[in-house]
Amino acid sequence: MKDVKSQASKTAAPGKPGRLNAEIQSRIGHQLRAMYDDVVRQGVPDRFAELIRKLDVPSSDPQLGPTGAPAAPAIKNDGRD
Amino acid sequence: MPLTDSLRDDILASVPSLRAFAISLSGNGDRADDLVQETLLRALANIDSFQPGSNLPAWLFTILRNLFRSDYRKRRREVEDPEGNYAKTLKTQPAQGAHLEFEEFRAALDKLPQDQREALILVGASGFSYEDAAAICGCAVGTIKSRVNRARTKLSALLYVDGADDFGPDETVRAVIGGGGG
Repeated sequence: MKDVKSQASKTAAPGKPGRLNAEIQSRIGHQLRAMYDDVVRQGVPDRFAELIRKLDVPSSDPQLGPTGAPAAPAIKNDGRD
Repeated sequence: MPLTDSLRDDILASVPSLRAFAISLSGNGDRADDLVQETLLRALANIDSFQPGSNLPAWLFTILRNLFRSDYRKRRREVEDPEGNYAKTLKTQPAQGAHLEFEEFRAALDKLPQDQREALILVGASGFSYEDAAAICGCAVGTIKSRVNRARTKLSALLYVDGADDFGPDETVRAVIGGGGG
């Protein structure tokens, strides 16, 4: 009996499992988003911005040959700074 | 479709959430960024197969998820990280008390089966609909729903039921459900 009681106090509101569950679920949702958004807020690291800029036109792969006219002459950054 | 400027901007705009997804999946910042990089290369190389007007983030997430899966099979999660290296990848360190809770949460998330973890993240954090999440994971909408439910149940058992580790997940899940008065 004591065990049940001490455990109940740790997991909150005894006798209201439905509500307890909803509360826990909202806490989980909150933590999950906090964890995720923390990374999202870091924005785009330079590494990726540059990667996309460099690969502006996928001209090197003949498999991917343009269907129409090639896009404007690529501003090619061949050198990797 | 060809890689237009606006498409490129849209891809760039997806990078922050791709990183968050990759870190949530892999639990390792460096590996996550490699995953994102590979995803971007893959996406750009196959940009012709992207349907204009369709959901670009979902398309990119699908690529990342598939890459992670094939990579995972090879590595078998060699990078277990209960020490909380994940937290070190974050720029803003949570305050002390919150920090502990945060690591606990991260550790619990890592204990979920991969299917459940990714479903929970896609729906609960990335904000995809069940339908989009199902498309990303290549399964039925009902499957996603049940994975998300199981993930939530298991997390609450791991985090909020005393002695979860002693009983093993199945016992504690049952305890929580049983306590729910069915």
